[in-house]
Amino acid sequence: MELKKEKLLGFYETMMTIRAFESKAVELFADNQLPGFVHLYLGEEAVATGVCASLTNKDYITSTHRGHGHLIAKGGKVDLMMAELFGKATGYCKGKGGSMHIADVELGILGANGIVGAGQPISVGAAFACKYKKTDSVAVCFFGDAASNRGTFHEALNMATIWNLPVVFICENNLYGISNCQRDHMKVTDVADRASAYGIPGVVVDGNDVIAVYEAAAEAIERARRGDGPSLVECKTWRWRGHFEGDPGAYKDPEEQAAWLKKDPIPRFEQKLVELKYATKSELEEIKAKVEKQIDAAILFSQNSPYPNPEDALTDVYAE
Amino acid sequence: MMKEMTYAEAIRDGMRLEMKRDPNVYIWGEDVGKFGGCFGVTAGLVDEFPGQVIDTPISETAIVGAAVGAAAAGLRPIAEIMFVDFMGVCLDELFNQAAKMHYMFGGKAKIPMVLRTPCGGGMGAAAQHSQSMEAWFTHIPGVKTVMPSTPADAKGLMAAAVRDNNPVMYIEHKQLLGIKGDVPEGEFIIPLGKADIKKEGSDVTIVAWSWMVHKALAAAEALAQEGINAEVLDPRTLVPLDTESILKSVGKTGKLVIVHEAVKIGGYGGEIAAMVAEEGLDLLDAPIKRVAMPYTPIPFSPALESCVIPSEEKIIAAVKSLF
Ligand SMILES: Cc1ncc(C[n+]2csc(CCOP(=O)(O)OP(=O)(O)O)c2C)c(N)n1
Ligand SMILES: [Mg+2]
Repeated sequence: MELKKEKLLGFYETMMTIRAFESKAVELFADNQLPGFVHLYLGEEAVATGVCASLTNKDYITSTHRGHGHLIAKGGKVDLMMAELFGKATGYCKGKGGSMHIADVELGILGANGIVGAGQPISVGAAFACKYKKTDSVAVCFFGDAASNRGTFHEALNMATIWNLPVVFICENNLYGISNCQRDHMKVTDVADRASAYGIPGVVVDGNDVIAVYEAAAEAIERARRGDGPSLVECKTWRWRGHFEGDPGAYKDPEEQAAWLKKDPIPRFEQKLVELKYATKSELEEIKAKVEKQIDAAILFSQNSPYPNPEDALTDVYAE
Repeated sequence: MMKEMTYAEAIRDGMRLEMKRDPNVYIWGEDVGKFGGCFGVTAGLVDEFPGQVIDTPISETAIVGAAVGAAAAGLRPIAEIMFVDFMGVCLDELFNQAAKMHYMFGGKAKIPMVLRTPCGGGMGAAAQHSQSMEAWFTHIPGVKTVMPSTPADAKGLMAAAVRDNNPVMYIEHKQLLGIKGDVPEGEFIIPLGKADIKKEGSDVTIVAWSWMVHKALAAAEALAQEGINAEVLDPRTLVPLDTESILKSVGKTGKLVIVHEAVKIGGYGGEIAAMVAEEGLDLLDAPIKRVAMPYTPIPFSPALESCVIPSEEKIIAAVKSLF
């Protein structure tokens, strides 16, 4: 696939934005500025970036508890996201949702989710709506390796296939569900193999190679858009941090961790951009500085924002 | 002999003794092995009981459903659901399977299983990780519901839950896992259905369970300063409910305030209030008051969450409104 410089630098900027957002979240959490649970996407940036590159605001995504990367890649605003992590009134959900429930319905982001696997049928429903209304929009469902053990996964895939719905299932296989390693929680090596049980394509890609992810996802999304039905793309990647901040991840093999850290998707992509002369080192540095500034501004915005008022706790229970 | 333990340690001690006593008792759930459970309650048990503590995939429907099958086939599972909020995923396995088999099969099958799960808010965990769903379970004939508030109760009720021949919801509170208290060493059983007076008093009965017992005790202490001597009654198990102890206490004080963290509408406080109204209206000299969560999901921001969870101040205000 021939890729334009602009598009590639866009990938770079998105990955760097996620990296900067998440790196700051590590510090803020450690500094007790972020309440609740925070699950970070560090190391997995190439997946959301490569997938969302083929989506527009009219397309839907369902996200997970580890959702910051998906939201940023789908166009979510980092200041509103950060303020939500802080529990401030200016956040995406007015402080009611927090990290695990950020949504921007106008951008087609149907929410991060605190229930593992819950996004799978929701994405099927969104895809059904796209087809029912005869739009050419699609839905993309992000979920983890361990989430493919939920019944929802199997029910959702089956339903999506019998109705030939425009939905793409993106498995982010970071090899762990909390402490439980993939080899202990399922018999197959590739979650993508599960696609064959539903008669749809299932492909495996290097989830730390943004171009590989982009190409595989673009094909699956195109297929869904043309009306040829669902597919499953499995992106092999690695969760750098513990399951949530505060989990030291002692159950991981340190050698495996070190080996995966070397496969960091960002330097790999930088090297490619520079070698293939898409960008100079200084251009990349500029992008990096720009996004870091954005994240710093988002933090300042959040810190300076007010908390919601007590009476706000009782609103939004029912829609008007 | 007493030993100081945390609530989490006491739950663990209760499970450990039961597993030792009966090899048919086993634990399974997500991350209960090496990881020791999301809140560390099963820490170390997999080393002590290899093969009796089993990590499962993220498959709640099968965790509970298979526990039902294992129980029907002679084992005594303790299944862990990481947060009570995830019970929605496996509710059928509890309410149509575990709860009804004994009855539907004419008393022939037994389903001796414990479903351990933490509830409650106060940690900024938002709407899907902070709920108190106990009223749901009390509405299912065939299920017992246990909600310990202290380390000693946690241990004694665990033993009783494991030995019970019915499905028992054993609901822990996340805020209580670290609290310490004296716990009897060795075998210690608290029968299900026995309330405990956590503080004696003569002027008003405060019925509270789980985390709210501690808020009620703090409120009672403050009220004592103002000359109101509150009795704090912890039913400890909601089903079976020790109605006799509640009526006896209300008979003594003439006033009843019920405190729970769960949403007020449809909450179990309504059941207790109705029971007292039906069986002891003449014991009351003031209306029954409930202090509970307003009708809203639990907000994430600590600025909001702290306003909806029943507080010591709200309990004090409710009590004072009766005088
Ligand atoms: C139904 C349900 N069960 C369990 C959990 C607790 N939990 C949250 S994330 C998680 C692991 C998810 O693993 P995976 O799907 O691989 O995603 P990852 O965290 O690796 O991104 C678990 C068990 C939950 N939130 N919902
Ligand atoms: Mg995973």
